[in-house]
Amino acid sequence: MTVDLMVLMPPAIAVLGALGLAMAAMLVWASKAFHVESDPLVDALMELMPGANCGACGYPGCADFAEHVVAGDASPDGCTSCDAETFEMIGELLGMDISAAEPMYPITICQGGTNCKDRYDYIGAPTCKAAILLAGTKKACSYGCIGLGDCVRACMFDAIEIADNGLPEIKKYNCKGCGACVTACPQDVLVVTKEHGPVYVVCSSHDKGKYVKEICEFGCIGCGICKKNCPEGAIKLVKAVAVIDQEKCTQCGTCIDVCPRNAIVKL
Amino acid sequence: MIETPGLMPTENIFPLFVEAMFTKNFLLIMFLGLCSYIGLTTNSETSKGMSMAVTFVMTVSAILTWPIYHYLLSPAGILGTDLTFLRTICFILIIASFVQLVEFIIRRFSPPLYKSLGIYLPLIATNCAVLGVVLLNIQEGYTYGASIIYAFAAGLGFAWVMLATAAVREKLIMRGVDLFSGFIGAFFAATMVALIIVSYFSVVKL
Repeated sequence: MTVDLMVLMPPAIAVLGALGLAMAAMLVWASKAFHVESDPLVDALMELMPGANCGACGYPGCADFAEHVVAGDASPDGCTSCDAETFEMIGELLGMDISAAEPMYPITICQGGTNCKDRYDYIGAPTCKAAILLAGTKKACSYGCIGLGDCVRACMFDAIEIADNGLPEIKKYNCKGCGACVTACPQDVLVVTKEHGPVYVVCSSHDKGKYVKEICEFGCIGCGICKKNCPEGAIKLVKAVAVIDQEKCTQCGTCIDVCPRNAIVKL
Repeated sequence: MIETPGLMPTENIFPLFVEAMFTKNFLLIMFLGLCSYIGLTTNSETSKGMSMAVTFVMTVSAILTWPIYHYLLSPAGILGTDLTFLRTICFILIIASFVQLVEFIIRRFSPPLYKSLGIYLPLIATNCAVLGVVLLNIQEGYTYGASIIYAFAAGLGFAWVMLATAAVREKLIMRGVDLFSGFIGAFFAATMVALIIVSYFSVVKL
């Protein structure tokens, strides 16, 4: 079969051209009809944001946060991931003075790890959540850190790792204090707090004192010595574990000296 | 003289449906659309989004391309000239513009859906499975109704394989089974499922 170019060319060009024009016209119309306004200020702010979408600001992502900052619903210092230099640039952009929020880091409210006995050898999926699903936790203490690193995988900044003692270790240089690890921890043994000062009872066990003494070297046995000695009355016993009221605590350190189990630390 | 197929389906619908979903599954038997298959099946959420988007785009492309081919490009159409050699470029043009239009609409009316689907829509524009469906509709000479049903069933076939593979791969990756975590493992798994389907339908005749 021979193809006559001169016969085929005009309709081919016409059909393809018409189709292309029709589609182009439709898209031009659609881009106008379904136009979504985007604020240039939001775009500029997005450029400066860390872009990790960590969620520490309380919004789903950096884009959402930037929108709320420009709308005035959120303060730019809500971002815990920006450094001082970035805050300066954001302040310049928005015409306001921003001081960086005080750095916050997570601490583990558990000193178990290798100091706490195992109930059984766990060789299932290497995540804390899976270990809990199998038979409670693999640790003899059902409240403590399991040490399989759900927090490590949740961290977007490589700031956390499971140390040799079986507990999460925070690399403060990388940590932005976003709290993703706190959310990820199925045992709720992580708390985000200030870097220096606060005093914490680093044990979460609600088990009876005798049992805690058997399984863990450092666990709080709920003896109440710290409560009796606290000059401010800031310590309460909640279900056999001492808890320090951070509002009342003056960080004097009396409880640290009297604790027979070394379960209280000052950061 | 080439006849234009009718509008109402004259084919048997059920075998057509089963063919598109299983015996001639786009992913497992024809091995079309493998980039998204390998790339997105590591996570069941993303593969769910992608399957929904692909099914939708396949169906609507079938609705759009059939009249264009049979009334414009085919020698039996209104122009009376054989322009069938233009079908690939025309179909791609239509699919790509349509995907762009869908993106505009979703972005305007459903930002959450846009956030979850947004990144896959541009991927679909160049997805060979979508082009494969519309070209097969023409090649097999389906009627308008049948071509739409075929495209929808092909989308469902794409979806179930995506979801099944994602379910398996997600678990295996989480469990740390190295054999199945990479591309090689994904292809290996796909081959296994393909073998199962081929053998099943060679025993159970429709």
